[in-house]
Amino acid sequence: MSSSLSEKIFRTILGAFGVFIVLLMFSVAIFLTVGAWPVIRHGLSDFVQTQTWNPVNGQFGALAVLFGTLVSSSIAIAIAAPLGVGAAIFLKELAPARVASVFSFLIEMLAAVPSVIFGLWGFFVLAPAIRDHVAPIFYPLGEYVPIFRGPSYGVGILTAGVVLALMILPTMAAIVREIFSAVPQHQREAALGLGSTRWEAVRVAVLAPSKPGILSAAVLATARALGETMAVTMVIGNRNAVSLSLFDPGQSMASLIANEYAEASDSRHIAALMAVGLLLLVISLVVNAVARIIAKRSAAKWK
Amino acid sequence: MEIATKKLLLEFMVTTQAKRKRKNIFANLVLSILAILAVSPLVAILGFLISKGIGALSWEFLTSLPAPYGESGGGMGHSIVGTFILVLFASLLGIPVGFGAGIFLAESSKESRFASIVRLCAEMLAGVPSIVVGLFAYFVAVLPFGGFSAFAGGFALSVIMIPVIARTSEEILRLVPVHVREAGLALGLPRWQVVMRIVLRGSRKGLFTAVLLAVARASGETAPLLFTALNSRLWSFSATQPISSLPVQIYTYATSPSEEWHQQAWGGALLLVLLVLGMSLFARFLFSGKKYGT
Amino acid sequence: MKVVCALGSSLVSLVVSAPALAAASLSGAGATFPAPLYSRWISDFEKVNPETKLNYQPIGSGGGIKQFIDGTVDFGGTDAPMTDEQIAKVKGNVLHVPTALGAVVFTFNVAGVQKPLNLTPETACGIAMGKISTWNDKRLLSLNAGVTLPSAPLTFVHRSDGSGTSAIFTDYLSKVCPEWKDKVGSGTAVNWPVGLGGKGNDGVSGLIKQTPNSIGYVELVFAEKNKLPVAALKNKAGKIVSPSTNSVTQAFADSVAKLPSDFRMSITDADGAASYPISGITYLLVRKNMSKEVGVPLVKFIKWGLRDGQKICPSLSYAQLPAEVVSRVEKALNVIELK
Repeated sequence: MSSSLSEKIFRTILGAFGVFIVLLMFSVAIFLTVGAWPVIRHGLSDFVQTQTWNPVNGQFGALAVLFGTLVSSSIAIAIAAPLGVGAAIFLKELAPARVASVFSFLIEMLAAVPSVIFGLWGFFVLAPAIRDHVAPIFYPLGEYVPIFRGPSYGVGILTAGVVLALMILPTMAAIVREIFSAVPQHQREAALGLGSTRWEAVRVAVLAPSKPGILSAAVLATARALGETMAVTMVIGNRNAVSLSLFDPGQSMASLIANEYAEASDSRHIAALMAVGLLLLVISLVVNAVARIIAKRSAAKWK
Repeated sequence: MEIATKKLLLEFMVTTQAKRKRKNIFANLVLSILAILAVSPLVAILGFLISKGIGALSWEFLTSLPAPYGESGGGMGHSIVGTFILVLFASLLGIPVGFGAGIFLAESSKESRFASIVRLCAEMLAGVPSIVVGLFAYFVAVLPFGGFSAFAGGFALSVIMIPVIARTSEEILRLVPVHVREAGLALGLPRWQVVMRIVLRGSRKGLFTAVLLAVARASGETAPLLFTALNSRLWSFSATQPISSLPVQIYTYATSPSEEWHQQAWGGALLLVLLVLGMSLFARFLFSGKKYGT
Repeated sequence: MKVVCALGSSLVSLVVSAPALAAASLSGAGATFPAPLYSRWISDFEKVNPETKLNYQPIGSGGGIKQFIDGTVDFGGTDAPMTDEQIAKVKGNVLHVPTALGAVVFTFNVAGVQKPLNLTPETACGIAMGKISTWNDKRLLSLNAGVTLPSAPLTFVHRSDGSGTSAIFTDYLSKVCPEWKDKVGSGTAVNWPVGLGGKGNDGVSGLIKQTPNSIGYVELVFAEKNKLPVAALKNKAGKIVSPSTNSVTQAFADSVAKLPSDFRMSITDADGAASYPISGITYLLVRKNMSKEVGVPLVKFIKWGLRDGQKICPSLSYAQLPAEVVSRVEKALNVIELK
């Protein structure tokens, strides 16, 4: 075999794998679009603005699950972002090397824990704790602020948000740590050399220039939370309605599909679920893309 | 840096030394607490898994089928075997395609348009929510073949594995120093032989890590299996029959009302975590060098 | 690459050896309502027919019907008969095989209350509509003199998946409660006005056990096996009746004369004085045209269930089919054509 021929064959085979990946991604999008077509045809804007999810008369709207997904993911990132950034500063800038390596190892392991295990723990440990110990603290506030209106059943939007926070925390912490590593050492030294305290040096020389990177980490972590299925299904309460209280049960796009897809037999119902799947896919991809764009911009900084 | 310096100087002027020291101590304290909070979930989850799950682990649990309704005992033997079979099927498709794509990306020039499209698609694929992968697999691998099957479950998991392997292996292959390739080419070896013989062989540990990470990820997935592999109460070794898996069985038992099943769910969860964390640990250990040729 | 080779070769051996291990293997899915019964049936049936392996996955009646229509299972299970529209989707190629009768019961988790509560159609409706939102509601207290009900908020738990249990429950509510009929209606999945959702009968009873001051509906056996208290319900004749195999049998007896030839019938809100009002028939869905490989063992299993299997029903709190119905069903099985 001549070397140029073998070279060609080699390239073609490798190229075929590349084509396969492209086809795979496209077919995921195409299958969902085709499945959701009956809904898309009537316009998605109605679909995302309707709250009713009523299989009896075939009325389907995605507002409730959009709401559930967005609120639970927002809670998640609101908790995970400060924790992740705080942990990353501690690990990268303050802690002795030994402590830092143990802690980052533990956080890395948390990332490997499967979703269903977060769900199991959330359902049996976290949900009762929130119901019995956390929620009652807020009940007095609930009279004035609807988001704290009780009672808490244990499972609900808040519980889902907290479980999601734990799940995306490692992503957040790991990326932020990497961003800090990219900050040149002389920046810190310069600040310290001026006589600043450790914290001042971190704040001015590390934290401030890393802002866009932290933002992109937060967006990326949020993207993970949006599509998370199993743990959410187990703790969100599975109720298709918009409700202001964080203690109330809700439903996310992913948990709705997990709950109903295997049994939807009415064609309108199936199409509505496919449309929810498509919506989830599009939102996840867009959020991921936004994170990447921010990351690219901020990474260019030190070059 | 100028702005930062100005900021610092301003701060030195307006606040006293003691105040700044206090602030520093306070910040250190808060950050340490945040770090402790960040690791406590893992400790809490593992703690509960061990304390609640260890009692369920027994020979019977590991080797038998679930007991018929209302009878006590039984185990998750079939789910353990099922998870291995599903991951095996997933690897069969996922590893070659993942590696193929990874090699393709590593061997393409950075400027190549097509390669950047492939890279983008791999990245997008990694961002597809796992439940959506399940929906897709139902259409591609369940409906046309007339039934839930281990094959369909494996297919769904492979879609999860492919981008993980592709991206990790590209990264690893790009670590191979240019002079190593050049040396091979200088010997007169054709490019494909340089890749297959020198580049891949030298990176085998790293590539194995990529596989481990992908397998660890796939073996813990539940959502893509719900409407592909479904579940089963039988020992199943067939590609065309529904099959049980640890995550799905844990989910089923956890949401049931039976105390005994709860206990088994904790036991299964402990087992699954040991499996997945074990693989991740091993991967980490292998990859701790992160250099070519180690 | 070595890994790939190793995996590949072990797979080949796996596939080659598979047919030998898998004898006749039938896959079914559907209702969770009869799942405990089928689990027992299958276990006992396999003891006498070791060459047949059955896998019944409780994914909900809605799921049973859908997967039957999609052709992904050999048989389906449902407590909500297929609608005409659904039957049209399989071009009429379906036989509803009644296998047992059961009761959908209110079960609850209220600290200190283990005795059965009494409910009426109005209070049942009030709970599901969200009109009764605390346990010490006057309407509940007046029905249950002597029981201390807390002032705690009442949490209603329903199914999150498409469910025949829900179909029977909502069919009942639609009959007794005009407001329910107007605003919600009946079906395997409805737009619940309030409450938490659990997947399957197991999921609902699990959630009730896990949530203090909750109440929901499940098949009788799920309450009994999990030691959850149940509620007695006032029936059409105005009598308060506890759910039991007897009161379910009575409910079926009231309308057995009207049982149509395809066996699709609702028996909720039955007339008799001793009838439990939320009773239902559970069915297996089988195709009228089947391959021999599937049909022979499946029909054998069904016939076994209609004879020997019936004797197991009472031990799991399901009511047996009356003998004359069994013989009617057996006759109906004759239309099955095996190819």
